Amino acid sequence: MKYVLDQEKIRPDLVRTIERLSGEDVRQCYQCGKCSAGCPIAADMDLPPNQVMRMLQLGLTDEALDSRTIWLCASCETCTTRCPREVDLAAVMDALRHEALRQGRKSPIRQIPFFNRTFLRLIKKYGRVFEMELIGRFNVGTLHFFKDVTKAPRLFFRGRLKLWPSFKGRKTARPAFQAVKNAQRHEPAEPPAADESAGNPTP
Amino acid sequence: MKYAYYPGCSLHATAVDYDESTQAVAKALGVELIEVPDWSCCGSTPAHCTDELLAAALPAQNLLAAKAVADQVVVCCSACFSRFKFAQKHIEEKDDLRAQLSETMPIDEIEGMQVRHLIDVLVRDVGLEKIEQAKQCDPQLKVVCYYGCLLTRPPKVTEWDDPEDPQMMDDLLRAAGMETIDWPFKTECCGATFALTRTDIVLRLTAEILQMAREVGADCISVACPLCHANLDMRQDDIRKKFGVECDIPIFYFTQLLGLALGLEKRDLGIGRALVNCDELLTAKGLA
Repeated sequence: MKYVLDQEKIRPDLVRTIERLSGEDVRQCYQCGKCSAGCPIAADMDLPPNQVMRMLQLGLTDEALDSRTIWLCASCETCTTRCPREVDLAAVMDALRHEALRQGRKSPIRQIPFFNRTFLRLIKKYGRVFEMELIGRFNVGTLHFFKDVTKAPRLFFRGRLKLWPSFKGRKTARPAFQAVKNAQRHEPAEPPAADESAGNPTP
Repeated sequence: MKYAYYPGCSLHATAVDYDESTQAVAKALGVELIEVPDWSCCGSTPAHCTDELLAAALPAQNLLAAKAVADQVVVCCSACFSRFKFAQKHIEEKDDLRAQLSETMPIDEIEGMQVRHLIDVLVRDVGLEKIEQAKQCDPQLKVVCYYGCLLTRPPKVTEWDDPEDPQMMDDLLRAAGMETIDWPFKTECCGATFALTRTDIVLRLTAEILQMAREVGADCISVACPLCHANLDMRQDDIRKKFGVECDIPIFYFTQLLGLALGLEKRDLGIGRALVNCDELLTAKGLA
């Protein structure tokens, strides 16, 4: 794959945002590739993890933020554990996901953020996961109506599938969602990413 | 020994057998587990993939609820365990995060609370000697211990013994009279959270784990995480269909195997709730 380093595309300001969100310095990475060698999902990714780091080092944030990689990362923490430079790659992936969501970017693997959103909505509603509704909503939302339905009766007869949600955790979860709501209120309406010229380096 | 017990969503649903066996084993070993009142979901992977604040706030709220019971919280699900430990670390290290949380909850109150995985409590607090004394039989089972990802990694967060070759579950089952086989897939990833969203990835990863377990001659796999269990146990039919490989092998929670050694009833341990049948194996080993 060929990437062009274009003055217009380089966004050091966004790299700083990712560094601030993750608490990591992307320049620490010396591209040994150990993260990609150990990544269980690297084969399914468009950019192996070390190349995501490289993109950030070069300031090519679009490549990183629009990659399939950030959504396919399973947060298994193998890269973070093995990195000889002690870069917390899993934290960088989390930061990239958060930033991509904040900017409203479309994920190339839409069902993954859709699943996350659906899951969190149910937690907000019930306080705990209600699997039946989660799977139902996910299947309807992704138009795979009959995915895994044959497993449901087998689980049900073994006492592992509940037919009703539990509301017991709602009170406990509420302040957590309230904290997020408060934080969003404090945030500036316009994302700071707007000033494109400000962060570009002079050649 | 009194602990607050956080079961988490899975243990009250698809992993009810983990909850049953945990309670039974704890009772038999004199560990008092008191369920956290009105606990909520820890946020799991969807929360930390979406919002850092939410990912810290949900475990923090549950730690506050647990504090009413005890200063130590026992967690069995590896994913919950990981989210609790991460939340504690982030709250301790990030001042802005703590400030945001303190607007809606008395966040300083959770300082000093300890989050423990059940394996850690059984090995370090109860002790292997006591388990050796308490066992009623030596189940002649050859077991591979599958730790998965989040129990051991990253070690700076989980404070587990070894991220590449962990031993605590092996030590525990050996003390209970089982043979544990050394194998290279102890900490491989099963695809976890992609069970629904990218089932193809889960099938590829679990097929390798199941086949390796058979290759090294294991009778069964011992797990400590409801998601690992779901992926390894529920996907064996699909793997056979997709790859045409023989991969059937019973999957147990480590608490179920421990319970068998302690002479507890199979029914009290939730054995038989898994999709893969284990009757044949247990009959052959005289454990039926």
